[in-house]
Amino acid sequence: MPMSYFIGLSVVMFALGILGVLMRRNPLVVFMSLELMFNSANLLFVAFSAYHQVLDGQLFVFFVMTTAAAEVAVGLALIVAVFKAKRTIDLDQMSSLKG
Amino acid sequence: MSLGLIFMYSALALVVVVSGIGLITSRNAIYAALFLVLNFVTVALLYIALGAPFIALAQVTVYAGSIMVLFLFVIMLLGAEQLPIAEPLRGQRVLGILLAVAFLAEMVLFVLLRGAPTVAGQAVSPDFSTPTTIGMLLFERYLLPFEMTAGVLLAATVGAIFMTRQPRPDRKGALPAIPEESKE
Repeated sequence: MPMSYFIGLSVVMFALGILGVLMRRNPLVVFMSLELMFNSANLLFVAFSAYHQVLDGQLFVFFVMTTAAAEVAVGLALIVAVFKAKRTIDLDQMSSLKG
Repeated sequence: MSLGLIFMYSALALVVVVSGIGLITSRNAIYAALFLVLNFVTVALLYIALGAPFIALAQVTVYAGSIMVLFLFVIMLLGAEQLPIAEPLRGQRVLGILLAVAFLAEMVLFVLLRGAPTVAGQAVSPDFSTPTTIGMLLFERYLLPFEMTAGVLLAATVGAIFMTRQPRPDRKGALPAIPEESKE
């Protein structure tokens, strides 16, 4: 498949992720949109790795995945902690640093 | 390129884009998570088509498996699948769509002006990215980042446990002081 197919698909996925982050107020959906953006970057890494016949791109995807797993664990723990303190997870309510 | 191949790639792209749209438009967070699982699995199919089976399987197990299970667990734990749909800040939706369209235009202009490679690369050989070669690369050239990753995962685990632990009653049985407003 031509590279433009993967570039176009990745750009559309990233734009959808941006839309989700900007428009949704549920922090869980915002997190999922972030994962969508990670995924589009990963797709481009793998596509260019196959295009240039260099394996390092796939290693980068591996590292992005592990870092994303760590980020999701910490982020969800933060959301649970905020929910315990404020009884809501609406993003517009998270306006003060002090619980 | 054969017609069947074009059909397959168009179907995959369609599923990826439609599941992305479903993710950001569904009211229920559970449905959003399931749309995201569909997206991850479809992208894993694209990885296989690109000759990266190890990354595809890691995507399915790590992303579509464990991360999404974590998401679903937290959604059900908080009962947050149905937030009240209130109108966001005035004009926020319009502004968000405008910014996303501006980003799309930027990317299209960039690809058009800079001239991204439009031809297909040569087909990868079957032993290009076997788990063996990836493992050799991971434990030779990328050994230090690999160890750092272990540290990052350990720190994230400890941090997640620390942030969500219950305040334990001390020896006299009295609860430690918690802020007034968090007692409900």
